[in-house]
Amino acid sequence: MSQPKLLIQNVSRTFSERKHGKTTEALRDISLEVRAGEFVCLVGPSGCGKTTLLKIIAGLETADTGAVYLDGKQVNAPGPERGLVFQEFALFPWRDVAGNVAFGPEVLKRPLSEQIKLAERFITLVGLDGNEHKYPAELSGGMNQRVAIARALANNPEVLLMDEPFGSLDAQTRYLMQTELLRIWNENRKAIVFVTHSVEEAVYLADRVVVMTAGPGSIKQVYPVDLSYPRHRADHGFISLREKITASIAEEVK
Amino acid sequence: MLVGFCIAAVSGVFLGIIVGWWPRARDLLEPVIEILRPIPPLAWIPLAMLWFGLGFKPAVFLIWLGAFFPILLNTVLGIEGTPKNLIEVAKTLGANSWQILFKVGVPSATPSIMAGLRIGIGIGWMCLVAAELTGSNSGLGYMIMYYYSTMEAAKTVAGMLMIGIVGYLAFMGLKKLEDRMLFWRVSA
Repeated sequence: MSQPKLLIQNVSRTFSERKHGKTTEALRDISLEVRAGEFVCLVGPSGCGKTTLLKIIAGLETADTGAVYLDGKQVNAPGPERGLVFQEFALFPWRDVAGNVAFGPEVLKRPLSEQIKLAERFITLVGLDGNEHKYPAELSGGMNQRVAIARALANNPEVLLMDEPFGSLDAQTRYLMQTELLRIWNENRKAIVFVTHSVEEAVYLADRVVVMTAGPGSIKQVYPVDLSYPRHRADHGFISLREKITASIAEEVK
Repeated sequence: MLVGFCIAAVSGVFLGIIVGWWPRARDLLEPVIEILRPIPPLAWIPLAMLWFGLGFKPAVFLIWLGAFFPILLNTVLGIEGTPKNLIEVAKTLGANSWQILFKVGVPSATPSIMAGLRIGIGIGWMCLVAAELTGSNSGLGYMIMYYYSTMEAAKTVAGMLMIGIVGYLAFMGLKKLEDRMLFWRVSA
C-alpha cells in the first residue's frame, strides 16, 4: 500500500477570543487520508470547522495538536504545492486573466516565457480562450471562478483545496461548473479536497464524502460514492446516497 | 508648488506603506503623527518663516505640510484595507512577504493612495496661497493682498477665481491619471 498523498493526523484547533477569554473548539481530533488523484468532499452543518480544516491543510491556520503531511512531509506554512480556491474567487482585480493565472509562476520567479506558456495552457484548460486580457470586473461569476481554478493549477499543485467554490454561483452556472471541474480533474488528476454545503454537489463530484459533526467539528462518517462518472442526479443510487448523507447531517443540526 | 507636492507624495506614500503594513511601525509612529496632524498648516507659517525666511523655501515646506497628511493617512488606510483573502491566496501561490506587499498590498491600496493625492494637492494649493498672503512678494496670494491694499475689489476677486481655476486643473489632471491607472475598477 503506497503512502497517502495527504495525511491529516489527529488535528485539533481551538480559537480563543482575547476580549472575553472565551474559547471555541473548532476541530476535534480529525484524521483523514487522501490518496493521489482522489476527490474528497467535506460536508457538514454550518460552523463545523470545514473551512478551518481546509485552511490548516493550506497552512494558513495552524493546528493546536496533530499534523498535516503531504507526501510524508509535514506542512507548516502555505506553499505552492497546495492550491487554494476561495468561494469569493479572490482574484487580483488589477490584473487581467492572464496576469492572475501567471501570478504563481511569477512569484516563484519562473522565466517569463514559461509564465506565458503556463497561463495559456491553464486558460485553455478552464475554457477561457480569448479572455486573456479581460479584467475580473468584466467577467461573470462562473468565469471568474474558472480563472481562480486556473490560477491555483498553474503552480502544478499536488493537492487542490476548494472552499465552497461554487457557493455564490447561480444554479445553472453551478451545474455547469461541476461538470467542468470533473473534466478538468479528469485531465490532470490532482487530488482535490472540496468543501461544500450541498450534499448533492458532494455526491455528484466526490470519490468519498466526509460528513463532519456540528461544532466542535470531528469526522462523523465517511461515505464512499460507488457510482461511475458521469453521474446522474435522478438515478436511484444517487438519490438514496444523497438522502442518507442528508439525514446524517440533519441529526447534527438538531 | 510641484516640488512641495512631489516631496509630499513620495514621503507620504513611503511612510504610509510602512505604517500601514507593519503594526509595530504604526504603534511607534501613530502618536507622533496624530499630534502633528491637528496643527493647521497656517499655524506653521511663523515657524516656516523663521526657519526658511521668505520666498520659495517656506512655500515648499508649507505645501509639503498640507499635502503630506492626507496622502499619508489615505495610504495607511489603503494598505491596511488590503483584503485578507487576497493576502492568503498570494501566500498559497508561493509569494514571500515582500512580494505580497508590492504585488498585493500596494496595488490594492492604489485607489486610496490616489484619493489621498487628490486631497493632498488641494490642501497643498491652499497652503501655498496662504503662504503667499503672508510671507511672500509674488504669486496669486500676494496679488490678492496687493489689490486689497489698493482697494480694487474686482481684481481681488479675479485673483481668487484664478486660485480656484488652478486648483481645479490640478485636481482634474490627477483625476485623469487616476482613471488611467485604475481602469480595472470600472465594472462591466
